[in-house]
Amino acid sequence: MTDTTMALAGSDPHQLGGMAAIAHSGPASKRIVTGYGFWIFILSDMVMFSAFFATYAVLLGQTAGGPSGRELFDLRNVAIETGFLLASSFTCGLASIAADIRSAKWFQIAMAVTCVLGLGFLIIEGREFASLVARGAGPTRSAFLSAFFTLVGCHGLHVSAGILWLLTMMAQVFTKGFRADIMRRVLCFALFWHALDIIWIAVFTVVYLLGSAA
Amino acid sequence: MLGKLSWSAIPIDQPIPLISASVVLVAILAVLAWVIIKGHLPYLWDEWITSVDHKRIGVMYTLLAMVMLLRGFADAIMMRGQQAIAYHSNGYLPPEHFNQIFSAHGTIMIFFVAMPFVIGLMNLVVPLQLGVRDVAFPTLNSVGFWLTATGALLVNISLVVGEFARTGWLPFPPLSELTYSPGVGVDYYLWSLQISGLGTLVAGINLVTTVLKLRTRGMSYLRMPMFCWTTLATNLLIVAAFPILTATLAMLILDRYFGFHFFTNEAGGNMMMFMNLIWAWGHPEVYILVLPAFGIFSEVVSTFSGKPLFGYRSMVLATMAICVISFMVWLHHFFTMGAGPDVNAIFGIASMIIAVPTGVKIYNWLFTMYGGRVRFETPMLWSIGFMVTFIIGGLTGVLLAVPPADFLLHNSLFLIAHFHNVIIGGVLFGAFAGYTYWFPKAFGFRLHDGLGKAAFWFWLIGFYVAFMPLYVLGFLGMTRRMQHYDVAAWRPWLIVAAFGAVLILIGIVFQIAQLVVSIRHREELRDRTGDPWQGRSLEWATSSPPPVFNFAILPDVQGGDAYWHQKTHANLEKTEPHYRDIEMPRNSPTGFVCAFFASVMGFALIWHIWWMVIAGFVGAVATFVVFAWRDHDEYIIPAAEVARIDRANLAERRALASLEGA
Repeated sequence: MTDTTMALAGSDPHQLGGMAAIAHSGPASKRIVTGYGFWIFILSDMVMFSAFFATYAVLLGQTAGGPSGRELFDLRNVAIETGFLLASSFTCGLASIAADIRSAKWFQIAMAVTCVLGLGFLIIEGREFASLVARGAGPTRSAFLSAFFTLVGCHGLHVSAGILWLLTMMAQVFTKGFRADIMRRVLCFALFWHALDIIWIAVFTVVYLLGSAA
Repeated sequence: MLGKLSWSAIPIDQPIPLISASVVLVAILAVLAWVIIKGHLPYLWDEWITSVDHKRIGVMYTLLAMVMLLRGFADAIMMRGQQAIAYHSNGYLPPEHFNQIFSAHGTIMIFFVAMPFVIGLMNLVVPLQLGVRDVAFPTLNSVGFWLTATGALLVNISLVVGEFARTGWLPFPPLSELTYSPGVGVDYYLWSLQISGLGTLVAGINLVTTVLKLRTRGMSYLRMPMFCWTTLATNLLIVAAFPILTATLAMLILDRYFGFHFFTNEAGGNMMMFMNLIWAWGHPEVYILVLPAFGIFSEVVSTFSGKPLFGYRSMVLATMAICVISFMVWLHHFFTMGAGPDVNAIFGIASMIIAVPTGVKIYNWLFTMYGGRVRFETPMLWSIGFMVTFIIGGLTGVLLAVPPADFLLHNSLFLIAHFHNVIIGGVLFGAFAGYTYWFPKAFGFRLHDGLGKAAFWFWLIGFYVAFMPLYVLGFLGMTRRMQHYDVAAWRPWLIVAAFGAVLILIGIVFQIAQLVVSIRHREELRDRTGDPWQGRSLEWATSSPPPVFNFAILPDVQGGDAYWHQKTHANLEKTEPHYRDIEMPRNSPTGFVCAFFASVMGFALIWHIWWMVIAGFVGAVATFVVFAWRDHDEYIIPAAEVARIDRANLAERRALASLEGA
């Protein structure tokens, strides 16, 4: 028998040498599978956001004779808004630590603070939107404003959904305790909340900073 | 109260949709009545509708695809009939109806035939090939399937309630904007695709996680069967591309429902942005469809040649290269729309580069056959038919990738011939090969051989007779989507093409006959070993159909072509393995209930029935909350039960092995 036919009959039909022999110990644990799958979801969500970002970049100058970002954006307001969201990410991190040390009290406190900060963020955003519409700069005014409201509004919708999820997690930890399946959900929620923070950094930079320069 | 919906939405004056829809409705009601009278409803509910078993969900996806194939083909043969007679006349389809038919045909064939077919086969086979018991997210898997079914349902409702889009299978603005398409047709398109797109995304996330995180012991990446690799590449593309579709359609929805200005002619809207976004999804979509087919051919060619796949490493590389490059060629779908020569040149070259890995694959299949003992079973016939046909389609594709040639041929029937050549010759032949190949695994008996071969030959010859004339017509200057024409030279070719469609119809009739005959003769066609084709990968290592837990003991993989290695190196295990309790996910109606509310919501959104939108939304969310609060996701199959099932299978295998030995 030549080497090749040996390989064909043996355990290495594709003649990979050592390449395939990397040890693999079998299926991953549920926590890893769940967390990993949720990461993939977050990546897909970021792809969706990137489509809205690209649209915003394309339509930035298309004000159709209406107001531009420089006239509309109040950076001080946005800075406060950003402060709320970043602080909520910090308290969300505290909630994760509290869950890891199985402290129900601190978990609930940290999640409640996260919720309040998230609501504060949404209220500031809602007021900004309302004042823009009142000044005749609603999403139907120009392509630029369509893109602005859609991108920022999409992030706002994500935060709103996140708050509903947050309240569900508080209730579930309260009634069911730190069970393994609940802990997996807490992990996913934290990933989601931090991801929204990352997207907001991009919104802040691309929409508000670059937008008010344009 | 009912928004835009009124009795005028029912097309009483159009007999064709009305009669065909009534026939379908009567058929559905008859089946339902039969199910209820015979008392099959509890079985259907417990074993299928609420099932979270990846095998059952895979079968349901495939079934959906095959039913929708009939609908899509009915559209196709109507169009061929219309164009065969519409020389200097109006034919039998009025223009607004004809436009709906070509739009529905494309939408259905891509989203509700090709997609569910490949996702169904991946669902059915991949966990078995990886040697594991389930996918990563079983309940979400069921949700994904039922959302896809919701999309299909909405498209079919448009046949009798209102209208479907007249914009083609991709709703290019400004035609698809409210100004030019004020009816509900585009809305049917948008919402059915948004809902089913969500289902596809869920399936994509699920399968990526499954391949990357759930593999049995010893199944390192380079020991995975080729189909698992192409599944990985396809689902990575789904995860990266479908969100773009969601965003793009969402923008068109905002334009149509709330007067935004993304793609409008006024207020700075930019319709070219739609072209770029939709094809940034649309081109990867082509590979989402064809990569699983490539995987199927790799399995089939290797099995029926009795050889390991030639050039496994290059096949892996080619698959992943296609996965990446598929995102860099989208502009070749609109060379003529003013991007300029430099940009066109770059995308033309990129389009030619992506043909290289595909060529590598063709050579690998050919060299796998070379020197092998090729068995010409039905799946192998589909594969060889594919190789010949797909090369022609690929070459005309490379021709279209040359921008100057594209300026001549774009939007002509040459283009139509090209993409049917790759989608029928590539995706559909692959799906049929996989269907025939894995049918015994799913149901425990083989499909009738003679009828399968007859179906293949009618499909193959029918395809050539139907589509080769379209290449000629493209050169003769005939553009796509013509309801009537007055060029005498086109007519003979269109009549030949219509005849080809009839040949394909005969092929489909043979396929239906094959299924019916096989079910009636299932005892003679029974696969008792679980390995009817002398397979090489792990799905053949378990019984047909596999038990709910797939493998009593998770296999320990020692090398590539895992099951072949197992067969050649071990006698069937003489020592009894140590059975353990197995934990499996419990069935859940979440997917079905969720999809019910999604259907209600989608329908209400199309017709602007706002209270019903809210009701549907609340219902869908409530379903998820109820699901989130349930306490027991799993049930235990005791070791004794596992042992009983596994011993029965091993006994069957030993009996057959000793028969062969004697």
